[in-house]
Amino acid sequence: MLQTFFEQTGHPELVILSAQWTLDIDWLLYFTRKDRIVFVPQQSKCTASMIEILEGLKAAFWLVITFDAELWEISLRSLRVTLTALLIASAIAIPLGTYLAVQRFRFRRFVISLINALMGLPPVVVGLVVYILLSRTGPFGVLDLLFTPTAMIIAQVIIITPVIASIAHQSMRELWAEYHDLLISLNTSKRQRILTLIWDGRRNLLTAALAGFGRAIGEVGAIMIVGGNIDHVTRVLTTAIALETGKGDFALALGLGFVLIGLAILVNLAIHTLSQTEREGRW
Amino acid sequence: MIRSFSALILALWATGSTAEEMRLAVTTSFDSSGLADVLLPAIKEDLDLDVQLLVVGTGQALRLGEAGDVDAVLVHSKAAEEAFVAAGHGTHRREIMYNDFVLIGPATDTAGIADAASAADALQRIETAQSLFVSRGDDSGTHKAELTVWAQAGFDASTFDSWYRSVGAGMGQALNTAAAMDAYVLSDRASWLNFANKAELALLYSGDPALFNQYAYLPVAPAKNENVRNDLAMVLEAWLTGPRAEALINGYAINGETLFVFNAQPK
Repeated sequence: MLQTFFEQTGHPELVILSAQWTLDIDWLLYFTRKDRIVFVPQQSKCTASMIEILEGLKAAFWLVITFDAELWEISLRSLRVTLTALLIASAIAIPLGTYLAVQRFRFRRFVISLINALMGLPPVVVGLVVYILLSRTGPFGVLDLLFTPTAMIIAQVIIITPVIASIAHQSMRELWAEYHDLLISLNTSKRQRILTLIWDGRRNLLTAALAGFGRAIGEVGAIMIVGGNIDHVTRVLTTAIALETGKGDFALALGLGFVLIGLAILVNLAIHTLSQTEREGRW
Repeated sequence: MIRSFSALILALWATGSTAEEMRLAVTTSFDSSGLADVLLPAIKEDLDLDVQLLVVGTGQALRLGEAGDVDAVLVHSKAAEEAFVAAGHGTHRREIMYNDFVLIGPATDTAGIADAASAADALQRIETAQSLFVSRGDDSGTHKAELTVWAQAGFDASTFDSWYRSVGAGMGQALNTAAAMDAYVLSDRASWLNFANKAELALLYSGDPALFNQYAYLPVAPAKNENVRNDLAMVLEAWLTGPRAEALINGYAINGETLFVFNAQPK
């Protein structure tokens, strides 16, 4: 229809341009003027979505200032699950990343590219595999961990360990190039070298850990499958957002989303303050 | 600093509640009806039992029961339920309540289904008009009911063109999708009434006996493994078929409209 419209206006060169707009044509009023097309967003739809977002901000505001008990509960659970996963993942990934920077061995290159590739692990697949392993018919079924916060922690550790290890390795490699001669000439043991690098590179490692935190706190695919989004047990901010979207309550869903973003910013600020980075005279 | 930090960690880990717990897999349509929010506190009050709801489609709910990952299921697809019991995954099937499916569509009703003679006739009109139709497509009870009505109308849904949108999502998501596209969709009445984002959609057709929607409760066979709490599942069944549940289910209404009819038979 659009195509004939342009042909009739005597601007066949516009036909190709129009093709990429046909999908959005419901949203746009268009008109031609001599040799160009102007696309104008339809007023009503534009304002409707603005109102929706404002409603979300309002919902977030009220939830926070009234100390909504349920919000408090699921926010604390989000933090508890993610921070525990972060601690475990960091304990594995930081020494691993540093070790890969310091040590040369046969399959080093392969291990590094494997870890880099695993950064893109699809959370849904991780969730499904953890689900199958923890299911009562699965190999770890006797532990009865499925649909508990522990299962969510396990899934998140698997997702964020490669992220932290990869970023840690990257920065440790640069630091190692700098420290290499000194540490070798001091005749340090391998263990001492790794510990020195970790201590002196702690600011960079913090960045690696925060990247892992960011990936974990906003994750929904895996924890939905292994946690089951059970009220008062495994419901966290992201699964609650998915639930409210399903109920069509966009304002509340958006409100929870803003709370989640606020929480992530608070945690980042808190960690920076605690570790005293970004202060004058420090690096 | 360290002390306050460890206090924070402890606070984050603190858990409460010593009541007994059981897991019940329910359909998305049951959960989005809002009835769970009425029943669960009453169960907690009467039985001191924390029922943990896993909200999934009927197909997945039965899979969870099959693996013994839940203690009971509450679903709505008779044929699948009977197969579940016959295969030895559940001990028995107990009917609890019913409501009905309704056809939702754009208020302008482009396919003209409002005065259809039957549900099958309504779907035939949608097919003729090639109006957008959103299907759950997730093997849920509602999806199975929809496919049954398509079959009655003489169509095989898997052969449809792009006007038939299979979204593979829960009831609420499917309604959201339909609202965004002004499409037709089959929903259970309770989810529709409780749905907040109705946009330009309206209830267009209901009342055909083919749209009858029976919910049944199936305890998972305790032989599955030692962690399945069949004792709690039986306690919950007795409560769900008892007078308090009957009053709550029959009394549950949204905007003055009753959503479910209790029809459990005494044993």
